[in-house]
Amino acid sequence: MIQQSTLLSIVLAPLIAALLAGLFGRFIGRVGAHSVTIAGVAISFGLSAWVLKQLLLDGAPNVNESVYTWLVSDGIRMEVGFLVDRLTALMMVVVTFVSLCVHVYTIGYMHDDPGYQRFFSYISLFTFSMLMLVMANNFMQLFFGWEAVGLVSYLLIGFWYTRPSAIFANLKAFMVNRVGDFGFVLGIAGIVYFTGSLDYVTVFGMRESIAANTMQIIPGLEWQAMTVICICLFIGAMGKSAQVPLHVWLPDSMEGPTPISALIHAATMVTAGIFMVARMSPLFELSQTALSTVLVIGATTAFFMGLLGLVNNDIKRVVAYSTLSQLGYMTVALGVSAYSAAIFHLMTHAFFKALLFLAAGSVIIAMHHEQDMRKMGGLRKYMPITYWTSLIGSLALIAFPGTSGFFSKDAIIAAVGASHIPGATYAYWCVFLGVFVTALYSFRLIFMTFHGPERFASASAHDHAAHESTHVHSDKDAGHEPDVSAHNSHGAHDHHGAPHESPWVVTLPLILLAIPSLVIGWFTIGPVLFGDYFGNAIVVSEAHNALAHVAEEFHGPASFVVHGLKTAPVWIALLGVLTAWFLYIKRPDLPAKIAGRFSAIYTLLVNKFYFDEIYQAVFARGSRRLGTVLWRAGDVGLIDGALVNGSANVVGWFSGVMRRMQSGYLYHYAFAMIIGLSTLLAWYVLR
Amino acid sequence: MQFDWPILSVLIWLPILGGLVTLALGERAIVLGRWIALITTAATFGLSILLYTNFDATTAQMQFVEEAAWIPAFSALYSLGVDGIAMPLIILTTFVTPLVIIAAWTVIEKKPAQYYAAFLILEGLMVGVFASLDALLFYVFWEAMLIPMFIIIGVWGGPRRVYATMKFFLYTFLGSVLMLVSLIYLYLQTCDAGQCSYSIADFQRLPIGLNEQILIFLSFLLAFAVKVPMWPVHTWLPDAHVEAPTGGSVILAAIMLKMGGYGFLRFSLPITPDASAQLDWLVISLSLIAIVYIGYVALVQQDMKKLIAYSSVAHMGFVTLGSFLAFELLRVNGDVRGAAMGIDGAMVQMISHGLVSGAMFFCVGVLYDRVHSREIGAYGGVVNTMPIFAAFAVLFAMANSGLPATSGFVGEFLVIIASFRADFWYAFLAAITLILGAAYTLWLVKRVIFGAVANENVAALKDVNGREFFVLGVLALAVMLLGVWPVPLLDVMRPTVENLVQHITISKL
Repeated sequence: MIQQSTLLSIVLAPLIAALLAGLFGRFIGRVGAHSVTIAGVAISFGLSAWVLKQLLLDGAPNVNESVYTWLVSDGIRMEVGFLVDRLTALMMVVVTFVSLCVHVYTIGYMHDDPGYQRFFSYISLFTFSMLMLVMANNFMQLFFGWEAVGLVSYLLIGFWYTRPSAIFANLKAFMVNRVGDFGFVLGIAGIVYFTGSLDYVTVFGMRESIAANTMQIIPGLEWQAMTVICICLFIGAMGKSAQVPLHVWLPDSMEGPTPISALIHAATMVTAGIFMVARMSPLFELSQTALSTVLVIGATTAFFMGLLGLVNNDIKRVVAYSTLSQLGYMTVALGVSAYSAAIFHLMTHAFFKALLFLAAGSVIIAMHHEQDMRKMGGLRKYMPITYWTSLIGSLALIAFPGTSGFFSKDAIIAAVGASHIPGATYAYWCVFLGVFVTALYSFRLIFMTFHGPERFASASAHDHAAHESTHVHSDKDAGHEPDVSAHNSHGAHDHHGAPHESPWVVTLPLILLAIPSLVIGWFTIGPVLFGDYFGNAIVVSEAHNALAHVAEEFHGPASFVVHGLKTAPVWIALLGVLTAWFLYIKRPDLPAKIAGRFSAIYTLLVNKFYFDEIYQAVFARGSRRLGTVLWRAGDVGLIDGALVNGSANVVGWFSGVMRRMQSGYLYHYAFAMIIGLSTLLAWYVLR
Repeated sequence: MQFDWPILSVLIWLPILGGLVTLALGERAIVLGRWIALITTAATFGLSILLYTNFDATTAQMQFVEEAAWIPAFSALYSLGVDGIAMPLIILTTFVTPLVIIAAWTVIEKKPAQYYAAFLILEGLMVGVFASLDALLFYVFWEAMLIPMFIIIGVWGGPRRVYATMKFFLYTFLGSVLMLVSLIYLYLQTCDAGQCSYSIADFQRLPIGLNEQILIFLSFLLAFAVKVPMWPVHTWLPDAHVEAPTGGSVILAAIMLKMGGYGFLRFSLPITPDASAQLDWLVISLSLIAIVYIGYVALVQQDMKKLIAYSSVAHMGFVTLGSFLAFELLRVNGDVRGAAMGIDGAMVQMISHGLVSGAMFFCVGVLYDRVHSREIGAYGGVVNTMPIFAAFAVLFAMANSGLPATSGFVGEFLVIIASFRADFWYAFLAAITLILGAAYTLWLVKRVIFGAVANENVAALKDVNGREFFVLGVLALAVMLLGVWPVPLLDVMRPTVENLVQHITISKL
């Protein structure tokens, strides 16, 4: 039996820790702040693992109960409550585990930062928010968690608030997420309209009756109510999970410190949208149009965002684009109703992507906050632990047979291949070619950073002009992360001595994350993907059950690997690795030539398909221009100028006229009387 | 519930008395006067809590009713009482006023005794507006309230205070005069019906023809729309806010704007339900224009107070939108499900906006007291020198953007959900505030709070003192509490709101 007090402890432990570290950071000091937050998250992790064990092994029933009533309006009860089934429990464990690793890692990474306590407070607060999101049993609380993770993300991207690029990026991230939330709120409103409830179980119970309705949003066009609702909800997911065209905030969010890139912008927050759609699977299953939309958007993200990773030279941004692409894979899985594959990839990705980010951070520390890969190279021998863990992460990312990423990604590709909903063919090509792209950019990163000649000794951080123009566009503040204190202690950008391996608080989390990245697929693929792990948490209708076709050929993880070797994606991935080796180790002169040869495509990629420029022009500048016009012409000109002050002027003019009439001269009045009398007389006579 | 002492009269006259005493003591006894002001307002707040604790939340009846003869010639009565709509607004009034007194403690140097006196008298009059059951008494409080505010802006205001006060006074006064005509007409109708009365409840029961209702509705609309303020009669608000001293802005935004929303719920809807049903499109359109149009206008403001003033107009759009959903719901769905939620949302939005916009004006005041500029461009990187202040400012900015777990979310969420029932596009346009509200508020935060230290003024800033910390802290707690646990507020309103919805959907023709 899972007690409510256990669940409350899981949620409240990080919250209390965050409040302690945030409000009393000055009193408890650095050690106090990291101790209390790590303790809080450790409690959460321990209890989450226990909850998972209870559900999985001890046969405890799912929990669905309310904690308190938030409000009652018009007979609709809105509550704060928990729904904990195996889907939730899996997310809880992943979130708290990655969060714990990141907490420990932060001790090392933020060692010299003056905002140490604040940082720990934020990441603990984030853990609380994310747990509220995944444990919600209703849409109101889901939205609370949804916005709360957005808030913490805003605070963390702008953590170094004196940097213009950071406070630009955090505003951008919040705004883009708000566009998604705009759709999300409409979706929730639609759900309340058709069901009169916000509670998951009640809503899912009435899903057939929602599906029976249509809506006329544009007069004359009847749309399925379920399609409208699901697409609205998915717009929210597009914001949080950074799907095209709402993906623009994620690369810029790399302005934040690296630990949060790992925690928030790779492993957890960005997966909120994936989790949400999986949680809403009973609804999405009833709208094939919505599923097709999800599929096409996910496929586009998976392939085209991966391409951007090929031309970027900032180590964190390459990982960021790979995150975008992998989120696209998860979304594709959702689109073909392979929800469990999406969640499975979410889990494996959480481990290996957090690992890759933290490893990138480790490299960045060693490089004295240099992030440009062109100034790295040959780091393998200086930082063996970082190298090997990065390699494991990259192998998992490219779905090397046997790694965790292989099981999850191969399942997705197979499911897309087996699906027949509209858009599936396009999606298949996207995810298939995406495999090659993934392998290419992943090993480009490995080769440029850890292999080849050492370029850091000679490179000065200031000679941007010597390099090709990629940098100008990709980063506003040229890749490096000016940690205030790091600068103070090192005086300048030039590097002192050879790079060395990071301290144990940094490498321990790397190792802790490398283990599941490597092996977790072996144990979990059977039950999670093809077994009855999720039970009734995920609903798939027979018509789109693409995963069932894959399951027919599944005979244990070992044979899955063997079977995988016989399929094209594995070989495509190896081809990608070989290409990377050829281009960046064997013939390092080639990439520039290729870029010159295909300069149009290259320019397009370097400029990220011009999304930022278009958004900046249309939405940012356009809104300001519209605002200025409305204000100047509408408020100041028309309302105040013509109507308000205008009427005052008319009154003033009229009274001026009246005043002149009262001149005080008798003959004026007499004249007026004569005119008046004659007019009256004339009227009487002529009438 | 009934006390054996007239609690509402005490809430009205105690602060007025305190104000007169402070005034009589004069500027020389300002130390004593200051404490009298604080103790009076604090006591008023304490007493107003009794309204909540002794409120019977099972009935829509007026409670704590007092009645006495006032002007027998017009059968006007001194009658007071509160229901679930008035009571929370009274508590908002008594809650915010002591904070204004505390915030002004040492800041006001020019004639402080008169400053305090003006606020104390204003508080009593504002409570009177919410507590009046007699339309004539209501009107007297309604107009009398303008005088102290006129003086506050005119004496302690900025350089263009004369223009601003005249604009404020004429706008609101012109709006209200037509309301008086309507009230007198209604009074005469009651005489025709046999029993002369200025009782608002009698007005609500009075059968009125459609044409008369429409004229009355329009006169009410003008009076209340100016107060709310609704687009396009909102242009007095930015000017008044910019010129008003901090306390004046706070009271203006936190409470005086609520008079308009309250008027719609107390007068327009129940007295002229058929005209409301005919003309609800007008109110709804103006509300949606306010939400979207004003959102864009707020985006380009260079003056912090103007920006917050415009954001007030946009936020108050939710109040009027939520209040007038009932008729469209009835037309579209054949029932009024969602109407009560709209009004609930409108009420919560009023309380929340009172706290949040008040807090934001306090924040501007904190900066203004130090730098003497309201220009956004005069700041930048305030967080470097005022980290505690910055934390408060970000919190209130998030509340202003309607983030869940702050009070700003609750009202907007309810109104959006309710308006979806009426029309998808209402919800769509209303939900745009999620984007625009965040855009103008957080862009403000970015330019003022974040960034590197912009100039030596910012470099010389001192963080909030204990007094400012207290004021902002209390507001922050209230904003969070209402966001995390709004049920106590919703519970006391429910019978009144349900009764109102029932009442307005019955035709008077």
